[in-house]
Amino acid sequence: MEQLSAKELRDRIAAGQTSSVEATMAVFERIRQFEPTIGAYISTCEEKALEAAADVDKRIVAGEPVGQLAGVPVAVKDNMCTTFGATTCASRILENFHAPYNATVVDKLLAADAVIVGKANMDEFAMGSSTENSGLKQTVNPWDTSRVPGGSSGGAAAAVAGGLCFAALGSDTGGSIRQPASFCGVVGLKPTYGRVSRFGLVAYGSSLDQIGPITQTLADTALVLNVIAGHDPADSTSVNEAMAAACDYLEELEEPVEKLKIAIVPEYTAGADESVQRALSDAIEVYKKLGAEITEIDMPHLDYATAAYYVIATAEASSNLARYDGVHYGHRTQSPKDYVEVYSKSRAEAFGQEVKRRIMLGTYALSSGYYDAYYLKALKVRNLIRGDFTSAFEKYDCIIMPVAPTTAFKIGEKTDDPLQMYLSDIYTIGANLAGIPGISIPCGFDEDNLPVGLQILAPAFGEEKLLRIARMFEKETDWHKRTPPIV
Amino acid sequence: MAEKIDEAQVRKVAKLSRLELTDAEVGEFTGQLSAILGYVEKMNELDTENVEPLAHCLPISNVFRPDSVKESLGTEKALANAPQRDGDFFKVPKILDVGSGA
Repeated sequence: MEQLSAKELRDRIAAGQTSSVEATMAVFERIRQFEPTIGAYISTCEEKALEAAADVDKRIVAGEPVGQLAGVPVAVKDNMCTTFGATTCASRILENFHAPYNATVVDKLLAADAVIVGKANMDEFAMGSSTENSGLKQTVNPWDTSRVPGGSSGGAAAAVAGGLCFAALGSDTGGSIRQPASFCGVVGLKPTYGRVSRFGLVAYGSSLDQIGPITQTLADTALVLNVIAGHDPADSTSVNEAMAAACDYLEELEEPVEKLKIAIVPEYTAGADESVQRALSDAIEVYKKLGAEITEIDMPHLDYATAAYYVIATAEASSNLARYDGVHYGHRTQSPKDYVEVYSKSRAEAFGQEVKRRIMLGTYALSSGYYDAYYLKALKVRNLIRGDFTSAFEKYDCIIMPVAPTTAFKIGEKTDDPLQMYLSDIYTIGANLAGIPGISIPCGFDEDNLPVGLQILAPAFGEEKLLRIARMFEKETDWHKRTPPIV
Repeated sequence: MAEKIDEAQVRKVAKLSRLELTDAEVGEFTGQLSAILGYVEKMNELDTENVEPLAHCLPISNVFRPDSVKESLGTEKALANAPQRDGDFFKVPKILDVGSGA
C-alpha cells in the first residue's frame, strides 16, 4: 500500500479499488511498527482519521461528490493550528495548547476530504535545520537512523519517506521544507510568498514563512498545491486573483518546457560536498540531454543571504514570540513573585536554547544603537539579493543548485555550534528572502546511500512552470522510486 | 561597526527579551552570539549606501475591509487555554503595588 503515491491512492479509492479505511488502517499499522524508531509524530489521531475515512468511503459508495484528496492519509506539521489535538510547535510552552480554530490550510485539507493522521515533529517554533531542537521528541532519518531528518519540517519529511502518511504539509522560512525533503529523499516545495495562506500557521518570521507540500512525487506536489493555494481574506499577505490567478497545477504537469534555459551558479555552490556536486553535475547532464541550455551565472550577493537572514528572521521572531507571556495561553511559571516574573520565568522555563538564542539575537538587532547596523543593513542586503534573482530570471527560466551543502548529518554533530547549523541553510535562504518558489527533488545518493536533493528556483508565481521543469527530470530518473532500507 | 557582544549586553538584551537567564546561559550566549554577529558582519563588505531597505517581497498595499460586525471567538473558547482564570477574566498577579496610586 505504501508504494502508492497520494494521487494513485486517491484514484484507486475513487474507483472503488481500495477504501480509505483500508489505506488509513495500513498507515496506522505502519505507524505502530516504525514510529517508535522514526519518531515523526508529536501526536496522532487514529479514531478521528478512521471516522473521516469511513465517511469518505460511504460517500464514494453512494456516488456523492468528494474532494481532490478524498480518503488520502496526510500529516500536518505541528505549527499549523488544529481544533483537534494539541498544536505544540514542538515547544514546551505550547505543550498543552488546544487551538480554538483551524489553520486555513487545515480547513482546505479537510474540505478536500483528506484524512489527517497526525501532527508532525519539528524544530521548536520551526527554528532549526535538523529537528534536534524539538522540545518534545527526537525524529531520525528513515534512511539512516543515526542521522537527522533535516529541519525544521523533519517530522513531516520523515513521515512521507517512512510511509507513515501519503503526503504532508511543512513550512519553510529559510529552507525548512526543502532541506528535510532533500535529506529524506522526497519532494518538497516552498511556494511563492503569499501563494498559500499563513492564517493559523504559528508565526516565526512573518515576511519569510510559507506553507508547502512534502510528497513522494511531483504529481502529488501539484495535487496538494491545488488544494492549499489561493487567496484567504484572513491573511492579508496572501495574494489575490488579480496578482496570481489560481491554476490547476496537474493539468500541464506532463508538458515539458520548450527551449528551457537553466542558470547555474558554480562559484556560489563550490563549497558543497563532493557527493552533492557530483549529483548536481549528473542532474545538469540530464537536463542537457533533454535539450536545455545551461549557462553559468554570477549572483554576487547570494553569498550574504545567510547573514541577512539570521538578522531578519530573528528580528521578526523576537517580535512574534513576545506573545508567549504566560498570560493568555501557554506555560505559566508556578508562584511568580511579580508580573515581570510571569513573563521572564515562564519564557525561561519553557523555551529551548535555540529559541532563546534567536529571540536574543533578534532583540539585539532591533535594539537602540544597533538597529541601523544590523536590521536596516540586512533589509538593504535583502533588496540586493532579490535583485540578483530578478536579473537572472530576465534571461533564464530557472536556477538550479544543491539544496544543502551536505547530505543528512549525524545526530548531535552540529548541536554545539549554532553557526555551523545555520550554514546548512546557505542555499535555501535566498528563495525566502526574495519571496520566490523553490523545490527540492531527489537527484541521487551519496556513498553512504543517503539521498541528495536538487533545488530548482523559479520567478515569483512561477510554480506551474517550476513543477513542469522538475517533472521533466523526474520522468528521466528513478531516484524518487527508491525507499529507505528501514521500509 | 558595533563591537561584538559582551556579558553585560547579553544581560541587558535578556531583560529586554523578558528571558531570565542563568549565569551559565549568559556565558554560553555571549560566546555564541559573538560568533554569529561576527559572521553577520560580513554584510559590511557590501556598499548599500544607495539601496532601499526591503521589508516585504511583494508589491502589496494595505488591505481594507468594511468595519462590519462578525462572529467572534466567544468567551469560553478565548479563555480555554488560560493558565489561570477568574470567571470571564484572565487571572494574573497584581501589577500595581498597594498604595502606588495612579
